[in-house]
Amino acid sequence: MAENKKIPDVDHSRYDFRYAETSDEYMREEDGFTEEIIRRISDEKDDPEWMREFRLKCLELYNDMDMPCWGPSIEELDMNKIASYVRHKSDMKNNWEDVPSDIKETFEKLGIPQAERLSLAGVGAQYDSEIVYHNLKEEVAKKGVVYTDVETAIKTGYEDVVKEHFMKLIRPTDHKYAALHGAVWSGGSFVYVPKGVKVDIPLQSYFRLNAAGAGQFEHTMIIVDEGADVHFIEGCSAPKYNVANLHAGCVELFVKKNAKLRYSTIENWSKNMFNLNTKRALIEEGGKMEWVSGSFGSHISYLYPMTILKGDGSKMTYTGITFSGEGQNLDTGCKVVHIGKNTSSVITAKSISKSGGIGMFRSSVVIEKSATDSKCSVSCDSLMLDSISRADTVPAMDIKAYDADVGHEAKIGRISDEAVFYLMSRGMSEEDAKALIVSGFADSVSKELPMEYAVEMNNLIKIEMSGHKA
Amino acid sequence: MNTHTILEIKGLSTSVGEEKTPILRSVDLSVDQGQTHVIMGPNGAGKSTLGFSIMGSPVYEIEEGKIVFEGEDITELSADKRAQKGIYLSFQNPIEVPGISMRSFLKSSLQQLTGKRMKFTEFNKELEEAMALIGMDPSYADRDVNVGFSGGEKKKAEILQLLVLKPKLAILDETDSGLDVDAVRTVSEGIKVYKEKYGGTLIIITHNAAILESLDVDKTHVLVKGKIVESGGAELTEKINRDGFEKYTDG
Repeated sequence: MAENKKIPDVDHSRYDFRYAETSDEYMREEDGFTEEIIRRISDEKDDPEWMREFRLKCLELYNDMDMPCWGPSIEELDMNKIASYVRHKSDMKNNWEDVPSDIKETFEKLGIPQAERLSLAGVGAQYDSEIVYHNLKEEVAKKGVVYTDVETAIKTGYEDVVKEHFMKLIRPTDHKYAALHGAVWSGGSFVYVPKGVKVDIPLQSYFRLNAAGAGQFEHTMIIVDEGADVHFIEGCSAPKYNVANLHAGCVELFVKKNAKLRYSTIENWSKNMFNLNTKRALIEEGGKMEWVSGSFGSHISYLYPMTILKGDGSKMTYTGITFSGEGQNLDTGCKVVHIGKNTSSVITAKSISKSGGIGMFRSSVVIEKSATDSKCSVSCDSLMLDSISRADTVPAMDIKAYDADVGHEAKIGRISDEAVFYLMSRGMSEEDAKALIVSGFADSVSKELPMEYAVEMNNLIKIEMSGHKA
Repeated sequence: MNTHTILEIKGLSTSVGEEKTPILRSVDLSVDQGQTHVIMGPNGAGKSTLGFSIMGSPVYEIEEGKIVFEGEDITELSADKRAQKGIYLSFQNPIEVPGISMRSFLKSSLQQLTGKRMKFTEFNKELEEAMALIGMDPSYADRDVNVGFSGGEKKKAEILQLLVLKPKLAILDETDSGLDVDAVRTVSEGIKVYKEKYGGTLIIITHNAAILESLDVDKTHVLVKGKIVESGGAELTEKINRDGFEKYTDG
């Protein structure tokens, strides 16, 4: 019986702390996904009727759809042992002082309030199913930027906007876990940046799944209006349990004419997490989408951010790294569809695997007939730290335009003993030498991140490497 | 001069690979502090293996013998521990390390070796001086270690590291190969400074007499098929440059 697989782990203490969730302070739905549960969540949120119907329809779809059959096995994920909804009984705050103390301490340990003071324009913090804190700097709010959760957006004058965009880019029919998301989604972020507004410093949402055996299903919707510019960062972590947790979020990004969005993720879910997340972006004429992604955590991930370059001259870059250690099977990738003329995309992916970890990178490039004069380049580099780890690349290309310029490059290799020896001959320990080579390998990704996150990523690499057995 | 033996190799035999192919066969070598030894030999004689074995490369299995550095048996020590004791190897093919600049790499190495923290200003000054000495463009300090360097710049960078790290014993493995005449001159200038200013001890593996011109060679050893077949003074270097290795390889 492997349903509650326990994975021996390196010291993750910085992320692993947790506070007991006493039953009188928290409300927790019973495990499983039934119509009654969905109705209760909908009541709890006081959904408008269309949303309630949408949820129920999604549940039907979920029940009818098959499990994905092409990626790593998720058979050990027992959906009857996952709680769809867990929340603290207090409401969302916009002042850290008012956040319940156990939750506040958790986020303080993760450095979120500190980061907000130093370098962020706005912060959202989700704890289990609900956002517990949201705040936006006054000067940013004054420009008309909206940053809240989707539930609040619906209730504060953006119902039409939400209705127009919600699960239109990612359809519940896309796959089983998108359908599930539609049924039980809760929390997440709603961002609207008005025409021409440039937000100089990033917004950040942090997602913490603290409850054992629970799911997190946050919905992120970002609309960057014409000529606007914003950088959004999402961070996620969870303490380690020996029961399975599930993350099935959805991210829908709308980049309008000549607008720019950078979406950065540092994901460090615990190694009992099934991360079945879906992200998609639609880019209009002259718009630019930049993805930066660091995936370190989870037991199994399915994660393939997709970009639709709809408008002429729209652009996309994807810079991502995955680090899979013992007991991890991280199936990641990137998908792009060129529709507009003169569109371009650059995909740069790195993967590191060690101690038996599996890193798979799938790229899918579609260039439609309409996308004349378009360019795409894909490069994928994998570094394996030992002979029991695995790295694979699966590129797929579907080019319908006659003049597309498409390139693909993949390199898979083991860490070079020669390089380790070279560094050791300069006084570095074997562990430090390997860590240095790995961070050097990751450097092209970390330098895309804001300073604090680059430091965070390097720390994660160090944590991972310190558990590395030579 | 108050000299002492810094390196003593006794009956060293090494092999490589699962087949345990023998490379070095019972090599003896004794080097005094401050001396300059030259190792010459035809291709495939085991010269680089000797350098790698002194540095502690895990590629070569030590079958027999021992390596004593400053009176301590270091045969079992890993390369980092040997570096901390003061041994340095200038690689014949320096490795590219993406993602870290020469400057921060050297600074952290130096701190690791000395166990002392160093101020940036102090370190930068030292680095700049060393770069000027060997005619390296200062911009190389902020480039990733050896990444995209030409063959010649890589070799210069090895000597740069030598000058910054100031080890007690430096093994230079064909540092002069692939260098043009001018580069050989600047590199040997750097080596001379290491020897004279810092009292360094050198084991130079080379095919080329040019690099030795400005250095006083104390001993020359001829390595053939994993054995030291002849040792002598500086005159042996000249002899080999004139006559080649035929005498040792025939029959």
